[in-house]
Parts: sequence; C-alpha cells; structure tokens
Amino acid sequence: MSKIEINNVYKIFGKNPKSVLPMVKDGATKEDILDQTGHTVGLDNVSLKIEEGETFVCMGLSGSGKSTLIRHLNRLIDPTDGDILIEGTNVMSLNKESLIDFRRHKMSMVFQRFGLFPHKTVIQNVGYGLEMQGKSEEERNKTSMEKIEAVGLTGFENQYPNQLSGGMQQRVGLARALATDTDIMLMDEAFSALDPLIRSDMQKQLMDLQAELKKTIVFITHDLDESLRLGDHIGILNAGKLVQVGTPVDIVMNPADEYVEAFVKDVNRAKVIKAKVIMTPVNEANGIDKSNMIKIEEDQFIEEFLPQIVCTNSNCEVVDKQGNTKGYISNKELQSSLLKS
Amino acid sequence: MDFFNKIPVMDRTALRELKKGIDSSFKEFSRAYGDGIEGFFDPLLHFLIWLEKLLVSSPWPIVIGVFGLLAWIGSRSIKLVIGTIVCFLVIGYFGMWKNCMATVAIISVSTLVCIVVGIPIGVLMSKSDRAEKTILPVLDMMQTIPSFVYLIPIIMLLGIGKVPGLLAVCIYALPPVVRLTNLGIREVDKETLEASEAFGATPMQKLKSVQIPLSLPTIFAGVNQTIMMALAMVVIASMIGVKGLGVPILQAISNQYLALGMMNGLAIVALAIIFDRVTQQYGQRIQKHRGQKK
Repeated sequence: MSKIEINNVYKIFGKNPKSVLPMVKDGATKEDILDQTGHTVGLDNVSLKIEEGETFVCMGLSGSGKSTLIRHLNRLIDPTDGDILIEGTNVMSLNKESLIDFRRHKMSMVFQRFGLFPHKTVIQNVGYGLEMQGKSEEERNKTSMEKIEAVGLTGFENQYPNQLSGGMQQRVGLARALATDTDIMLMDEAFSALDPLIRSDMQKQLMDLQAELKKTIVFITHDLDESLRLGDHIGILNAGKLVQVGTPVDIVMNPADEYVEAFVKDVNRAKVIKAKVIMTPVNEANGIDKSNMIKIEEDQFIEEFLPQIVCTNSNCEVVDKQGNTKGYISNKELQSSLLKS
Repeated sequence: MDFFNKIPVMDRTALRELKKGIDSSFKEFSRAYGDGIEGFFDPLLHFLIWLEKLLVSSPWPIVIGVFGLLAWIGSRSIKLVIGTIVCFLVIGYFGMWKNCMATVAIISVSTLVCIVVGIPIGVLMSKSDRAEKTILPVLDMMQTIPSFVYLIPIIMLLGIGKVPGLLAVCIYALPPVVRLTNLGIREVDKETLEASEAFGATPMQKLKSVQIPLSLPTIFAGVNQTIMMALAMVVIASMIGVKGLGVPILQAISNQYLALGMMNGLAIVALAIIFDRVTQQYGQRIQKHRGQKK
C-alpha cells in the first residue's frame, strides 16, 4: 500500500464544476473549456502514488496546478472528482470532525510565504499545531524548543516573525511543521521566496533532517534544480495534467514530451547523473582499453570525477563501496551522456 | 398628455388611511409591548445610572486621576495624560463638570453596547456572504436616515428618558464597529488562514486564535469611529431627555446664548479629542510586531 495515492483526480474551478466534468473527461482542452463555459481546469485526471519515506517533488510552472494538487491532500481544496487515499483511508469520506483530526495528526504543511502568525512569538508559532492537538503549554514549549534547536533558531524563540529575516521565518515554518511529528509533510514552494544562497542552505537542512526523520514529503517547486536535488521521484505537471513521473535521472535522460524536454534542456547533466547510470556493466564491456583507468565509485555524480578525466584523458572503472568492479565508462560514453540529445 | 404633466398620485383618502393604519398599528404594538421592551433594557438603565452617579459623586481629584490613568494605559504618552487632566480641570472650572460626567457615562455605556452587539454581527458578516449582503443595506440605512426619523418610533415605544436616548445613540454609532470588524476579518492574509486550517483548527479556533487577533487593529479603528459618532449624537439625545453637555447647548440654541453654547460645544470637542487620541494610540500599540500588511 502506498502512503499516498491519488486516483483520477479532477479539479475544475467555476460556478458549476460538475456540469463541465463530462467535457473534461471527453478530452476537451483547457482553452476550449474556458472559452465555452468560463470554467478553469485546475487538475485533469491526475493519478499518482507516493511511497512511505520518500521525497516526492511535484514540479511545474505557475498555473500548472501544483499548488492546487498539494492542497487536495489535506483537503484545503476539495476535488471535483476522484479519490485521495492516505494510508488507505479515503480522505474524501471523512466528515468534518475526522478531517480536523486527520489534519492535526497526519499531515503538516509549510507555505511559500511562510504563513506564520504575526501576532505570536516564534515559540508560539512552532507550538501552534501542538496547541490544536490539545497538548499542554508545558509540553508544547518543550517540543517547540527541540524543533527550534533542530532548525538552528535557538535564542530567537521569543521574537516575533517580522523581526526575523525571510530565511529565518521559513525555518520557523519548518519547525512548526516538524513539531506535530506527522508522517507526511507538505511543502508548498517552501523555498521559492528565499534568495539563492539561503535556499540552498535550507535544501541542505531539509535533506539532513529527512535523512534522520524519514518522513514522506510532498514538495512543490517550479525550480528544476531544486527538484533534482531533493526528489526521490519527480512528477511534472503541465496545464493540470501529469505529464511524467520518474526519478531525477529518468526525467533528465528520457523526457516524456517536448514540455519536459524544454524544462530539462538547460540542466547541468553532470550534476544529476551518477556513474552507475551510464556505465557499461562488466559483463558487456568488451575491448575497452584498460591501460589508462581511474577508479570511481558508482554513486558519484559525473561532475565529481569529470575534472580528473579531462586532465588525464583516461577511462573510468566503476566500483562499488567494497571496491568490486561493476562496470566501465569510456571517454566516448561520457561525452555522449553529457551532450544534449 | 395629462399623464406626462402630472405624476400619478395615490388617492388622498387612501394615502391618509395608509398612514393612519401604520400609525395606529404601531401604537397598538407599543401599547402591548412597550413595557416589556422597557423592562428588557432595565439592567442597562441601572448600569447607566450607577456609572453616572459614581462619576458625579466621587471626589473630583480621584475621577480625574482615573481618567489620567486610563489615558496612560491607552496611550503611554505623558503629553496626552497632561492634556487629559488639563481638559477636565478646565471643564470643571467653567462649571460643566456634572454635565460632562453624564456625557462620559452615556458615551461609555453606548460604546460598550455597540461593541457587545456589533462585533458578533461583524463576525457573522465576515463568515457569510449572504449575511453581508443582507446586513450592509441595514447599516447604510442606520447611518443615513435622519436621526429625528427614528427618534419618533423610539419615543412612541419607550417615551422620553435615558433608555430611548441610549438606543438612539447606539443606532447611530453601531455601524462603524460592525463594518470594520467585517472588513478586518475578511482582510486577514489567506495563507495565514490556510496555515491555521492545515494544522487542524476548528472554525471557532481559527476565529479566536487567528482572525480576531489579526483584525484587532481594524476592529479598534471601528470602535474609535463608534465613540466619535456617539459623541456627535449627544445634542440630539438630549432632546429626548438624556442629561449631559447637550442640554445646555439646546438651551443656548433656543435662547441665543452664544457663550454657553460655545463652552459646552468645546467641552464635547475636548472629550472627542481625548477619546480619539487615546483609542487611536492604543490601536497602534496593539499593532506592534504585526509587521507590514501586504
């Protein structure tokens, strides 16, 4: 059972979404529907599965429906049609009380513009989810302090959000989401409003935290580099349709259509592709010149061993952690893997 | 041709009958329910009388001291505290102390009533578009209908005295606090609300922990406006038997006493400025740490 399962979800915005649904199901385009009925298609037959403990990045340009999609998971937005299963429970079947309970204990969320409460101090902000869970103030403050420490904001707990910089505010947002200790974390363009240096800092911090906590993270972004860096799997949305789901390497090496191709065209492939992806396995490697070899590990990215190869003009022998030879990469193979197709 | 020159008019006798009918049915209504309605407002009346007595019978230095203290609590400004004390001393010196206290009492009580009634109505309006659509025209009417017009049914119903006066002041002064409560809650940042919902806040928790605190500065601007409008009603309220600074002004109008009118008028202005500055400064102070609104 997947942690999160989205089945044939449609979302149509407008006065009478249900009436337009058959048209959308028949495959009318977004533009036609807007022209003929004045309704906007937000999501068009989206189905996907997210496994426990993985970071799933949902990527698309603005207006592609990615923020709409993430809000379906905790039902801040209700779908026009389709099912959403979290740990096998259909969230569409929850009544008001169970939905509130579900939001308190199953999911937390980080927002693009932080969504902090300006009238509460940092520690009160971080403790908000716990307050909703009905925890005592003492317990709240204890947990909150731990999370404030985890995101590196110790000493700021009695400040108000607007006394902090953008990056620090988003750390508060992150701490608030961590405090409730939910299995699933939704991050809606969480780092998009931050400047590049702080963004990369925060990405690093998230990866470190994730390595330890192993939460199921659904991350929304419009930044391809960010999604390649964070995602175990990436889903690409275009005009409300999910056009491709795959690992970062899948997306870069085998873009499903022109839209994805345009997206990945400027990607620095050396940053994304690992040695093991492009190597020729040992048993298939014939006639490779073994006189001039450099040993590299299978999990290294191309950019890490590229300089050595360029300097020495040698071929690579790919080994695993124990030092066993797994395969070879010839100069030519390396070259072709870096070339834009 | 005749049709274009003369607007169609209802038959005279029919019109007279209609008016008579409305009048007599309202009279019957007030005969039947007047006492009951008056009884309903009894606690309010007692509170008003108690407050007025307290203000008048307490030693004046204590009263002025309390006003100074309130001004300090509200504004944290020494200048304003001194201004307040000087104003009340001058008002007392020119023999307007008693009237001034009566006015302060009715303003305080009517403001309190407006807050207690107005904020829940404002909250209701912010929650439901339909409620907003229904209540807005009523508020428009309350603000624009000449006060004398609604004095008529109030007097018919409750006679002359403090309670009808209080009611008239409240009708006039209620709209701003309702409007600005509604506006303040509707203006709360959408993402902040989403955050509250995403962490599982019930609608009531959302209201109490996020919407009301964040709209407090706007609500407070409404309270400030309500106080100002209540003060503006002082003279009209004195026409139906409310004691206070309005009474000498009425006398001054009918007898052409320039000095009397000016003095009492200026006393009202002084009260208005004190109330306005103190509440505004308080409103700004509670906005601290809130940061810039987008």
